[in-house]
Amino acid sequence: MSKIIIDKDRCKGCGLCIEVCPKKVLFFDNDMVNVLGYHPVAAKEGCIACGFCATVCPDVVFTIYREEKGGK
Amino acid sequence: MKVVFERPKSLQATKTHYCPGCGHGVIHRLVAEVMDELGIQDKTIGVAPVGCAVLAYNYFDCDMQQAAHGRAPAVATGIKRALPDRVVFTYQGDGDLAAIGTAEIVHAAARGENITVIFVNNAIYGMTGGQMAPTTLVGQKTETSPYGRDPQIAGYPIRVCEMLATLDGPSFLARAELTDVKNINKTKSYIKKAFEMQLSGKGFSLVEILSPCPTNWGMKPKDAVDWVKNEMVKVFPPGVFKEPKEG
Amino acid sequence: MEKVLMKGNEALAEAAIRAGCKCFFGYPITPQSELPAYLAREMPKRGGVFLQAESEVAAINMVYGAAGAGVRVMTSSSSPGISLKQEGISYLCGAELPCVIVNIMRGGPGLGDIQPAQSDYFQATRGGGHGDYRTIVLAPSSVQELVDLVYDAFDLADMYRNPVLILGDGILGQMMEPVVFKERPARQLPPKDWATTGKMGRQKPNVINSLYLDPVKLEEHNLKLFKKYQEIEAKEARYEILNGDDAEYFVIAYGICARIAHAAVEMAREEGIKVGLIRPITLWPYPKKAFEEVLPKAKAFLTVELSLGQMVEDVKLSVEGRAPVYFYGRTGGMVPTAEEIFEEIKKMRGLS
Ligand SMILES: Cc1ncc(C[n+]2csc(CCOP(=O)(O)OP(=O)(O)O)c2C)c(N)n1
Ligand code: SF4
Ligand code: SF4
Ligand code: SF4
Ligand SMILES: [Mg+2]
Repeated sequence: MSKIIIDKDRCKGCGLCIEVCPKKVLFFDNDMVNVLGYHPVAAKEGCIACGFCATVCPDVVFTIYREEKGGK
Repeated sequence: MKVVFERPKSLQATKTHYCPGCGHGVIHRLVAEVMDELGIQDKTIGVAPVGCAVLAYNYFDCDMQQAAHGRAPAVATGIKRALPDRVVFTYQGDGDLAAIGTAEIVHAAARGENITVIFVNNAIYGMTGGQMAPTTLVGQKTETSPYGRDPQIAGYPIRVCEMLATLDGPSFLARAELTDVKNINKTKSYIKKAFEMQLSGKGFSLVEILSPCPTNWGMKPKDAVDWVKNEMVKVFPPGVFKEPKEG
Repeated sequence: MEKVLMKGNEALAEAAIRAGCKCFFGYPITPQSELPAYLAREMPKRGGVFLQAESEVAAINMVYGAAGAGVRVMTSSSSPGISLKQEGISYLCGAELPCVIVNIMRGGPGLGDIQPAQSDYFQATRGGGHGDYRTIVLAPSSVQELVDLVYDAFDLADMYRNPVLILGDGILGQMMEPVVFKERPARQLPPKDWATTGKMGRQKPNVINSLYLDPVKLEEHNLKLFKKYQEIEAKEARYEILNGDDAEYFVIAYGICARIAHAAVEMAREEGIKVGLIRPITLWPYPKKAFEEVLPKAKAFLTVELSLGQMVEDVKLSVEGRAPVYFYGRTGGMVPTAEEIFEEIKKMRGLS
């Protein structure tokens, strides 16, 4: 189990995270416009908490958690 | 739940003014992560340049000074000499460091000034709207080299790491590229190493980071990253140019 | 108290150490070289920092860094070097950083020569850098006064968070005179809680900065600076009037020139000319009060400078047309004799 939190108002829509996601779970939420005027990124199910998106994101949009081994 | 990623505490929660896909944001975060990991936030003083990163003092959560264009290494020298037990870093662009501030960076390096320099090479003057930088590639079109940089007129790009590597003062010089996850992690490991050099008193350390400026290159963020990978890297080979001998 | 015989430049350096100067950054230039040489010898022995910078530009920016880190810091140079420091001075003023900058003036423009001059008056008092700013300018006329003003310079800098310039010249710098380093009671100075020392447990980061992108904010900031400058003008102007009690004519001169002018005043007195000397000690703020004091009885003023007429503009602004203002100056490193000035005093009397 992993959890990805997207601070949508920080997203500038550069799309670098979408390119890098190995599970292709990230996409632009075209139904929404954030405070900066961009369609922010959103996530579907299936994130494996690899952290790639957070590594390439210039705007610290993501917070990512992973279930610890043995935990629930 | 284990935290895989969160905002480092040495980085303020403020949103940055950087353009979408700009390398500055990533580099800020990496520096802040390193400050956190080394536990030095409370004793670090950063020096912001003149350039797109001029407002870095609003973004790092540590004491900051804003320096005149190119003078950050001199300002950092003043801070470090006044407070030798503090950690001092400069954050500079290519125009700032390799044009107007060439004397200051060369001499800080030659003195082995015990500071860390984060050098953001985006081959352009970002803040002023995309003029030719000392690191602009031959043939690269900018506002002030509209037909492409012509060496007959405008000479050749400066390779800062290679140039400084001829000096005895620096302890650590490395060039990294902000292109993919692996290289971003490598960039961070260089930054960490650079700060560690300072902490162990080894003297001047600098990390040059090849960084995209999608706005002034007139490219989409992804294409700008590819341009770093395909074009910049050819002229500015990544790697370690100087490090202390082991043992 | 013990008197010691010292060169102006070295006395200045010693006074700086005693005033608590922790860091010195400079670049070699004649005629102030004894000052850094003295500090290069003494600073390491006495817990301070001496660093020869790669240029005056670098030196003044090192001053910026150290001042921002909260320590007492000084740089010194001579005219061409001070020109290079102007960028830094503007930033220091904008960021409100205390420091002491010494200019042992020489002849200009350009590379000029290495002889004494006072032709950087405009640069010092009007600001050679950009923006709405002021620096306090002190102009000693003896080695003893030089020493005393160094302590004041550091205190004033800290009190007002502003650069202070000490304006000397080649003669003063090279002159040997007896001096006493008086012990002075520590002044009550504001804490440097703004300094960037690392947060060290502080909640909010301290930032040293002169950038205010929003014009509303920059105007606010400049008005705040302006208020400070007004306070300095009200409180810190200093001058000396010699032979003033019965005087009808006044010579105005500062620094080394004032000493020559004083000799001329004495000569004129022997001939029965009732002439006095106004010697500004602060060039900014300019001591207008001295003129208010003497204007009721003054028939004319003669400004004497080692320049072709710079301070004379402040004299005119202070006299406000209420009496004639004459000028005599030598330039390019030439120094007038007392006799030359005496002749000018006689001319002034004849003309008015
Ligand atoms: C003395 C001075 N000259 C020129 C400028 C204008 N200026 C501001 S930023 C800049 C170039 C910055 O380019 P770089 O250092 O490459 O930083 P980037 O914006 O690309 O990150 C220039 C020339 C200035 N502020 N001060
Ligand atoms: S953490 Fe990995 S898998 Fe999850 S969204 Fe980010 S890149 Fe995709
Ligand atoms: S990398 Fe960051 S800013 Fe860019 S689209 Fe993804 S979340 Fe938004
Ligand atoms: S102009 Fe270039 S360097 Fe500056 S913020 Fe935009 S993308 Fe970044
Ligand atoms: Mg640049």
